[in-house]
Order: sequence, then C-alpha cells, then structure tokens
Amino acid sequence: MAFPLPKLPLSQWIDAIVNWLEATIGPFLTDVSNVVQAVVNAIIQFLNWVPPWLLIIVFAIIAYRAGKWKLALGTVIGLLLIWDLQLWRDLITTFVLVILSALVSVVIGLPIGIWSARSRGVYRVVSPILDLMQTMPSFVYLVPVLIFFNIGLVPAIFATVVFAMPPTIRLTRLGILHVPVDLVEAARAFGTNDSQLLWKVQIPIAMPNIKAGINQTIMLSLSMVVIASMIGAGGLGADVMSALQTLNVGQGFEAGISIVILAVIMDRVSQKLGGRNANVTK
Amino acid sequence: MGEPYIEVHKVTKVFGGRSEQAIQMLENGKSKEEIRQAIGVNVGVDRATFTIERGELFVIMGLSGSGKSTLLRCLNRLIEPTAGSIVIDGTDITTLRKAELLKFRQRTMAMVFQNFALLPHRTVIDNVAYGLEIQGISKSERLERAKEQLKIVGLEGYENQYPHNLSGGMQQRVGLARALANDPEILLMDEAFSALDPLIRDDMQNELINLQHKLQKTIVFITHDLNEALKLGDHIALMKDGVVVQTGRPDDIISNPANEYVERFIRGVNLSKVLTAADVMKRPSPLLRVRDGVRVGLRKLNEAGLSSGFVVDDEQRLMGLVSAEVLAKSAKGPMQMVGECELRPVTTIKPETSLEDLFQLVVETNYPMPVVAEDGKLQGLVLKSSILEALASQGGERNGVSASEAPVIPVD
Repeated sequence: MAFPLPKLPLSQWIDAIVNWLEATIGPFLTDVSNVVQAVVNAIIQFLNWVPPWLLIIVFAIIAYRAGKWKLALGTVIGLLLIWDLQLWRDLITTFVLVILSALVSVVIGLPIGIWSARSRGVYRVVSPILDLMQTMPSFVYLVPVLIFFNIGLVPAIFATVVFAMPPTIRLTRLGILHVPVDLVEAARAFGTNDSQLLWKVQIPIAMPNIKAGINQTIMLSLSMVVIASMIGAGGLGADVMSALQTLNVGQGFEAGISIVILAVIMDRVSQKLGGRNANVTK
Repeated sequence: MGEPYIEVHKVTKVFGGRSEQAIQMLENGKSKEEIRQAIGVNVGVDRATFTIERGELFVIMGLSGSGKSTLLRCLNRLIEPTAGSIVIDGTDITTLRKAELLKFRQRTMAMVFQNFALLPHRTVIDNVAYGLEIQGISKSERLERAKEQLKIVGLEGYENQYPHNLSGGMQQRVGLARALANDPEILLMDEAFSALDPLIRDDMQNELINLQHKLQKTIVFITHDLNEALKLGDHIALMKDGVVVQTGRPDDIISNPANEYVERFIRGVNLSKVLTAADVMKRPSPLLRVRDGVRVGLRKLNEAGLSSGFVVDDEQRLMGLVSAEVLAKSAKGPMQMVGECELRPVTTIKPETSLEDLFQLVVETNYPMPVVAEDGKLQGLVLKSSILEALASQGGERNGVSASEAPVIPVD
C-alpha cells in the first residue's frame, strides 16, 4: 500500500544542491584538486625514488623507537615480503594516502573535538554530523565527490577523511570531558585562564584518549583507502579490485596480506609512539 | 591578629535558578527544605555572615551537605555566590572582573583539596611550581621557589617523582607546598586531611599548626571532624543546612553550645583533647606573698586548714611552695618574711596544656598543679577534682573565674 501523502522530493533537492555547488564552487574545487594532486604525486614519486631498503631501514628505526626489537623485526620482515611480492609502489601510494588522510583528519578533528567538549551547543550540532559521516554508505558520497574533484587521489583523500575523522573528534571530546573535575577546579583555584587550562591540564590528561582516537583514525583511513581505490586512488586497494574483477584469488590474497601487514605496523607504531609517558597518567 | 581581614556578609548560594524568589523566601524565614519543596531550588549557603581575622586559622565545620564546601568555594568564586559580599582586605571580591579575579586567585589565595588534586602528568616539582607557571614566572625561578616549598613540607629529594608514586600523606604535602609556593595571604583548605589515615592526619595537623606559627597565613579550613576543628581552629564556624549556626572560639562552642544541634555535635567530642588547663583551673587561695610576715602566712594556712601554700612575689610570679612546718620554725628564728624561708620548687604547667596531658601529671604529683603563664605569673591551680568535674559537666569554667575557690589540699 502506498503512503497516503505524495513522496517528498528529497532526491531532487539533493541533486539541486549538488548541481548548484558544482556550478558555483566547482571550478575552484577543481583547481584545489589539481594542486593537491600535484603535491601528493610529488610525495609519492619521491618515496618511490628512495630505494626500498633505505625506507625499510627508516621504518625499522621508527618501529624500534616506538616499541622494541620485536616490532622492528616484524616491520622489516613484513616490508621485505611486500617488496618481494612486487607490491612496493602500491604500498607507497596507500601509505601516503593513509598518512595524509589521517593528518587532515587530526588537524581538523582535534580542534572540533576540543570545541565540542567545551560547548554543549557545538556538540549538539557536531554529533549527528558524525553519525552521518560514519554510517552513510561511502559510495553515496563518493560519487558527488567525484563530480567536484574529478577522478584521482584527491576525492579518495576527501572520502577517507570523512570516514576516518569521527573517532578523533569523539575521543578528544571524551578525553577532555573525563579530566577529573577536581583537577579542573584545582587549576581554576590557582588562577588558570581558559587557554592555560586547555594546554596545561586538559590536553595532557586527555592525551591517552586523544592518542586512541588518532590510532582509530589511522586504522579507518587504511580501510577506507581500499574502497577509495575504486575512484582511481590506486595503491593496494586497486590490486584487490583488479584481482576481484578477474577472479584471481592468489593475486587478491597477495594484495590483501600486504594491506594487513601495513595495518599491523601502522597500528602498533601509532599506539606506542609517544606513549612512553602514557604510564604516568592514572 | 585581631583585625578583621575577611568579612563575609550574608553570602547566599542558590543552585538552580529562581534565585531572587529563593532569597526573598529566605528573608521571610522559610527553611531550606520549604524552599526546595515550594520552588524546587536548592539553597547551598544561607546568608552566611562571619569575620576572619588576619593570621588566624578559621575552621568551617559541618556535616556533609551542610554547605561548608560551597561556602569555601564562594570565597574564591569557584562557585559564584548568588548574593552577599565577601570583603577581603578592603576589596569586595564579588565585584571583581574576570581578569582581576584570575590575578586575585594567583596572588592572594591558594587552595588545598581533599583528594589532593595533583596533576598526574607532572612531576612533584612541576606540580608545586604550577601556580607560579600560571603567573608566568620564569622556569628557573619557579623551580627554585618550588624546591624551597618542598623543603618546608619535608619532601626534599622527591622532586622528580610522579604523584601516584607517593603515599596519601606525601601527596597532600605536595598539595600544601603547591599552595604555599604562590606565597598567598590566604590558604583555603577543603577537608585537606580527611582522606588521610588517622595517624598521618594527626601529624599533618600538628605540622599545619607549626607552619601557621611560622608563616602567619590566614587559613580557612573546612572539616566535618569536630575534634579536628577544635584542635586547629582559632575560631570555628559551625554550619548546618547552609546556615552558620554558631561562631566562636573552640572552648566557647564546647561550653556554650548555641543550640541543641551544636550540643548534640559536641557530645561526641573527646573533651580531654579540647579542654586545657586554663579551662579547668581554679583561683588559687590562699596565696602567700613574699613580703607577708611569717606569722601572717602561718595564720593564712591555719585558717584554710592547709599544711602548705604557694608563694608569689609582688607581680604574682610563682616563687615556690612553703610548708606550715617551715613557717612555724622560721617564726621562732630571725627570718621575718615568707620570702626568706626555704621555698620548695614545684612542677608547673602551662595554661594551654591539654587535659589529656594533665592526667599523667596530676596523678603523679600530690599537690595541686600551679598553672603558670609564660611571663611566670601564677594563673590558677588544677586539682584532680576539677578535672573530673570538667569532664563530668561537659563544660568547665574559663580562666579561673569560677565562683568556687580551690582549697589547697593538705598534703605532705
């Protein structure tokens, strides 16, 4: 039975908005896209120019600083395997995409998280948007993003940021709200002003939570980058896609295991980096 | 001491809006409970009025929910008072603007918290230096000053520890050092020792008293423990349901409870810790003077039926004890005045000696204990019977003004 009222023209409205946006800021966004694309390509080319063994050493050092010998050793073995599977160039592309997306997410997400912790009104606006960002099927916004940015790396980064930013915002807010009230009160009693309170008390104490949020953002970036390869981002995700299209199970597994290796390394390193003073917080 | 430093006048805190209506109802004599039922707002503090003198330790005491912590937070406006004025050294701090208030909190007041409230991500020394850091004092100077404070509270060598590595008592010393580092005029202490073990608490109380003698800060101390209040307080304000029920010196509150509530409260107090020799001593009578003739002295003793008596000089300074026997012997000899006879030295006690400490002395000696002030003047006598009397009556009389005069018990 049909609903007794006429159908809301929601889809037409959205189409109209997208069309209007395309007409007004479309050219500008295309320019932005071209600039970003050029920068990202330059980074990728640079990392491809560096010999893989040197990068593996650099990663091993970072892993050693973050964790122990075990993590450094695992990193070396995993990366050597990817190199051996001839997926090195794709690995670099994926890695750059993940790092850039996570960076953008954190740079935008941290201040929003702090802001929404301090103002209930802001959180009331931000919270439903975060729900939307996390649950809206990504293909739904991948297509309009393509309209604005053309195919390539930039729409992939945009889509990844949309998907990966919420944990940084949510956990930053949570961390700041969970700073014990008596500590905030003590700080206030000593004449601490708002910005001192933020930088000297709230952010340091919320740091474990903020780090957890950033870690989650990196992980979500990685999972989204695979999907984003459908819109021309390239990288390991593209290998998975092409393997699926040709029903090449073995090739799909090779790309898949490479993604897993990258994920594990980035997860462990991002969890532990800068975590040495995490044990001083209660 | 003695000049009013903090004047709290009709400070009221109403939580939950409709404050004007609530204040009007308070003025009309409605109780906190009636207001809560009528308009659903909670009265935290109800027209608290009292004065704190410079350099004294002022205790605000009450049970939980009595509004004492709210009142304390009104003093530095961590909680904004709804009405009333708080004049500190001539400045009404309720009118301060935000920037002035921050400066005031940085310079004039510091606070010590029940649960220490140390910053977990900072070392002990950085915690102590926090207030100085907020004021923008250079790193080298603030660390130096913080180090001095740690020395004062006896935590030298713990500079680079983190708070969670310290025991509760040590953490609160850090809290105290942090407050003192700002060199504030006023210390606000919110149940500062309540979270500590009894023995540690006792130590901290004693140290606070010592510190107070040294530094002469004005301290506002919150507690729910009447023993603590009586031990520390120069003056005490008792709170119940947001109302200051009684203010006074500790012994005033003990001996003249303003109402049944206060009386019920003090029934649980260990009086032997609270009352001092000055509270239970009696007027010494008869007294022999050094210039009294020997025969006059002898007659005084005989009239009172005593075998010995205390001798004082013209300025009431205690010279010693003389027995009737010695006087009688002297009367036959060349000596004319009591002062020339053989005087026995006596153990004396100070007016501020607590009853607890008196018990032992009184049991060991078999004559009344003379109470002698610092200037050497005899203030009164403590008898075994007067101690028991004081404990039995829950009162005790002040400063030897009692009507009953102490007979000197014949001993020897």
